[in-house]
Order: sequence, then C-alpha cells, then structure tokens
Amino acid sequence: MSLVPGIAGVQPVCTTERPATQAGLIVLTILLLAVLLLLPLVVVFVEAFAHGLGAVVNALIEPDAVAAIELTLIVAAVSVPLNTVGGLAAAWCIGRFRFPGRGLLVTLIELPLSVSPVVSGLVWVLLFGANGWLGPMLDRAGVRIIFALPGLILATVFVTFPFVARTLIPLMQEQGSTEEEAAITLGATGWQVFRRVTLPNIRWGLLYGVLLCNARAMGEFGAVAVVSGHVRGLTMTMPLQVEALFNDYDWVGAFTIAGLLSLLALVTLAMKAALEWRVGRRGGALL
Amino acid sequence: MRLRANRSALPGFALTLGITLAWLSLIVVLPLALLVLRPWTLGAAGVWHSIAEPRVLAALRLSFGAAVLAAAVNVPFGLLVAWVMVRYRFPGRNLVDSLIDMPLALPTAVAGIALTALLAPKGWIGTLLTPLGIKVAYTPLGILVALVFVGLPFVVRTLEPVLMDLPMEAEEVAATLGATRAQTLRRVVLPALMPALLAGFAAALARGIGEYGSVIFIAGNMPMISEIAPLLIVIRLEQLDYAGAAALALVMLLASFGILLLLNLLQWRMARRAS
Repeated sequence: MSLVPGIAGVQPVCTTERPATQAGLIVLTILLLAVLLLLPLVVVFVEAFAHGLGAVVNALIEPDAVAAIELTLIVAAVSVPLNTVGGLAAAWCIGRFRFPGRGLLVTLIELPLSVSPVVSGLVWVLLFGANGWLGPMLDRAGVRIIFALPGLILATVFVTFPFVARTLIPLMQEQGSTEEEAAITLGATGWQVFRRVTLPNIRWGLLYGVLLCNARAMGEFGAVAVVSGHVRGLTMTMPLQVEALFNDYDWVGAFTIAGLLSLLALVTLAMKAALEWRVGRRGGALL
Repeated sequence: MRLRANRSALPGFALTLGITLAWLSLIVVLPLALLVLRPWTLGAAGVWHSIAEPRVLAALRLSFGAAVLAAAVNVPFGLLVAWVMVRYRFPGRNLVDSLIDMPLALPTAVAGIALTALLAPKGWIGTLLTPLGIKVAYTPLGILVALVFVGLPFVVRTLEPVLMDLPMEAEEVAATLGATRAQTLRRVVLPALMPALLAGFAAALARGIGEYGSVIFIAGNMPMISEIAPLLIVIRLEQLDYAGAAALALVMLLASFGILLLLNLLQWRMARRAS
C-alpha cells in the first residue's frame, strides 16, 4: 500500500484499496476464473475417466482415433515449418528494413486472425471445391484437394499464417540491427549473420512463435471442418474426431481425444510461462 | 520510390520481401480476393435475396448480438481480472496468469464440448441451474457463455500493459486533494483506461462474431433461434450453394471490419483527447 504523507489534521490518503477490499476482489477473481476457465478443463479429464482407465486406453487405440492423431501430426508437420520459414522471412524484411507499405504488410499478415475460422476454410472450397473456380479442372485431372489432405493443410496454413511473424516482428524491432551490421562490416555473409547473430538472439521468441503456431495447427476446428468432408479414418483430425464422437454420444471417446488436446494446451501454457521466466518478462497474450 | 529506403547495410531485403509477398499472396490475399468476387456470380439481386432471407438475418442478428453482449460482459469482468493481476500480489498469481490464457490455448472444439458437459441439464453447473428454471445449454444463453469464455483473455491482455504503465502520481494527486478512493477510480483511473477498454471490447467482439467451434456444441443450432451465421455458411456449403455461402461470409467480413474501424476511430479520438 503506497501512502502519501498526510497533512497535519488530514487523514493520510492512500492510492490503493483497503486490505479487506483487496482480499475480497482477489477471492472474487479467483472464484470467477476457476468456474469459467478451470472447470471446463477439469470436466474434460473427469468425463474421459468416467468409466476408468481401461475405457480411455480402448478409446486411444481405436483405429479411427489413431488415424485422427496421425493425420493431425502430419498436418502440423507440414504447416508449421512452412509458416516458420514464411514468418522468418516476413520478420527479417519488416523488422530490419523500412520501406513504404510496411504497415499494410503487417496488417495483411495479421488478417487471418480476424477472419472467422469457417471463412478460412470456405476460401479454399471456393477455389478447389466441386463448384469452385478450379474444381472441375482438378476433377478432370483426378486431383483431390478439398475433402483430402491438401485441403486440410491449406486451411491450417491460412489459419496459422500470422503466429511466427507476429511474435518475431516486435522482438526484432526492439533488438535493433547494430549487431548484425557489425557482423556485415566484419565481412560475414548474409547467411552467416542470420545463423550466428540473428538466430541466437531471437531463438526464444522463435520457439514461442512456433509453439503457438503448432498449438493452433493441431487444435484448429472450424477451418478444417469446412474442408474435411468428415470421412472417418481418412480426413478427420483430432478436433473433428472429438466432434464426431461427441455427436455419437460416445462421451468417453470424445473426452479422451479432447483430453489429449487439453494436454497439448497445458504444455503450450507451461512453455509460455517457462519462456517468460527465461526472458524475464511477464504478461502479454498467448496470441 | 526507392524500396531500400533506409540504406541498410544488411542483405536479404529483396529475397525475404519476395518470399513474404509470394507466400502472403498465395495463402491469404488471393483466396480472400476470390471470396469477395464469388457472390456476384448470383448478380446483385441474387446476393440481396440470399442475404435478406429471414433465417440468414436471424443468424446474423444472433452472431453479432451475442458477440456484442459477450464483449460487454467481458469489459467489467476483464477489468476486474486485469486490476487484480496488475495491482495486487497474492499466492498463486502466476498460476492464475497462465489460466487467463487457457481459452486461447484450448482448442475450440474441446472448449465447446466441455462447456456443454458442464451446462447441460445434467452437468455439474446445469443441475444447479435447472431448479432455478435457468436453461443455458442449447439456448442463446449458452452461446453467450461460450463467447465470454473465448473473449475474456482479449480484454485482460489488452488492459494489463496499460494498467502497468498508468502513472501512480495522478492517483496520488487526486487522493491528496481530498478525493475518496471511489472518486479517484471513477474520475482519474477509469477515464485513462477508456481507450484500452474500448480496444479490449473490440478485440473480444472481433473474435466473438466469427467464433464457431466453442459455440456450435452448446448452441442447439435451432434455425431462427440459436443458429449462428458461421454455421449457416457451413450448411450452405454442404448444399453446394457456394455463392450463397460466400455472400454471407462477405457480409460478415464487411460488417465486422466496419465495426472495428469505427471502434478504432473512437479509440483514437479518445486517446487524442486524453493526451
């Protein structure tokens, strides 16, 4: 409590609430957050284990569940590296150079964040779907994009496009380019500067961006729901499998897969906390 | 116009800008541009018809109305959380900080089924509400709960840095001049936070308008009552009505960009008046 010395005869004034008020507000906040944010997480695991460990194991080795897990890993394994390279390139030109249209470029990069997930899938159906611009042509060539793996990857790449770039750009702008310029002056090539100077400087930020990109890639629902076609065992990622099982009233199955995805979320949150502790900075959204 | 405007000694500008522009055009700009073009294959009158349907209007009203309401709930809620997190110290504060990010980390489908399980008539919270005659799951109220869940971190994370940078001197001066704590909060702190509150409201709203995964499980999805606009886009796609789906998507995009632009303008004017 920060006290301002009071003038004689005047009560000391303070710039914070009374301790009792503080305690009340803290308890209220924790209660509200526990009900709204923690309870949903708890219920996932309780429902998954409602019929014991055996049911959970059975739900996990179910062929469709295994296929969904594999597909999710494949989609993330393709989308995340693509967007990491794209994000690094964007961060380099935006964070290290000034040029006209830079602000517009940042806005465009962040655009997928303000588009409905459903629309992020829709754009690909309009392009490659049966009634899409290129659909009939692809159909004749025997190429399947929508209701197949390429569509799932395109939708995921669209949705996760901004994450690496928007984590790195402010970081690189804050760090400035003096170290890199010194390395260039000393005769290093561009690639050497990137590998020996830039990459070590941004490695935690990069890891964080990749982590966010991956979490979203594995957890995306709306965009992939539109392009998936819901073929069980073939085009169902984990979140789609959750939906299908839930609609079949297979709660143990649905909440088991949901539990796996929740673990991914918990790992992401823990890594965020660890990285912030490492960088010595707190706050800021997981976005 | 010189592109290399800052005479930087660093290499790689053309290469990285090239990669960025190519990747951005291919993945984001081109597909969105095609989305803008597609509805007009119906002709202007056809676009109007596909939007002016009562079922579409009801879905748009629900999506925008629920998002506005949820964002409005999240402003005082987020202010409370941000205030407690920035101003007070208490055991477990770091855990609570991580918990605030939960809605951003948890896949929306997981949030959707979890909230449904909690609020369904036989769920943990549902059983408490049923005797009171309150039905949450499978009603528009359920949509509101889901949108409050996904929107909260946007308000909290927008407010926190502003609260941290708020100079204590102003509060001290007000207190020294004889203002009560309540007066100081209302007359000094709240006005300084207004632009940030508005920005948080806008961010939560933007997320809520297009939200799909966390909503569809709990909504009940009754046409005219609890059917959100993104779901209607999915339904139209399933009926192979691509132009109709694109028209609805375009209306949603334009309306949300319009609202966000307005809020940005308001926020900018407020910030200017404050300084």
